[in-house]
Amino acid sequence: MVWNTLPGSVWNPWVELARMQSELSRLLDGSERAVAAQGEFPPVEVWAGEPGLRLFARLPGFEPDDIEVSVVGDVLTLKGTRPEDGEKEGETWHRRERGSGRFVRSFQLPYAVESDGVRASYQRGVLEVELPRSAADKPRRIAIEAS
Amino acid sequence: MSTKKKGTYEVQATPAAGEEHPVAQAQAEPTRSRAALSPRCDIHETNEAVHLTADLPGVVEEDLEITLEKSVLTIRGRVAERRVEGFQRVYSELAEGDWVRSFQLSNEADTSRIQATLKNGVLRLSVPKHQPTVRKIAVRAG
Repeated sequence: MVWNTLPGSVWNPWVELARMQSELSRLLDGSERAVAAQGEFPPVEVWAGEPGLRLFARLPGFEPDDIEVSVVGDVLTLKGTRPEDGEKEGETWHRRERGSGRFVRSFQLPYAVESDGVRASYQRGVLEVELPRSAADKPRRIAIEAS
Repeated sequence: MSTKKKGTYEVQATPAAGEEHPVAQAQAEPTRSRAALSPRCDIHETNEAVHLTADLPGVVEEDLEITLEKSVLTIRGRVAERRVEGFQRVYSELAEGDWVRSFQLSNEADTSRIQATLKNGVLRLSVPKHQPTVRKIAVRAG
């Protein structure tokens, strides 16, 4: 038997993740935020390793208290509010690209995480979330007994 | 776009290319092999100054360069390449590169008094305007 190892033929859970999370955001938010993953806010990056996952999100202009990170089972949710630079009298706006207000984004993770071990930090406008893989969910090697 | 009124200070920004899209560098070729990304900006103006706010996530003060050449103000924020020991990048929506954007200041700008602060990945720049000096001309009785 020959294993088919062409790159495109290997099932990639991350493509699934992107698809699922956009579906999920649509369900949870139900607003105009329901757009393709590329236009989602905040844009994110996911790293994977032996201990679990690491997620980075670009969230400039927040205070750590303005961001809420929660994990339920294998679903990670980021929420937050960016205060508006209020328009004052006598001001003229020439450009407004940054936006403000509330955002919600959820991610379906490829496995359950240890919710007690989830850590989040915020630096330079970037949020970093550590998501340790649940011990019960880690792959185990099954010893084969000799008969 | 700037609203053009008589006596109104004008700031022209490079076309908004959207946060994650590389910007064509018209004047100079970058010497680093990293893409230039256009940061999202707000520009608002009062009687005294023009205020520019730019999202520069991932940039620290040491890696931020603001230059003024003639009347062109350029913001350049270098973003350190991300590496996580023992981890691999498996999914990304973040274009890698440095934040670069230029603004044309009008000659009303008092460039000697530009102020800048960087906090939580947001740069706030204020460019004061020259205040018109009022001179009284005494008229002598003839």
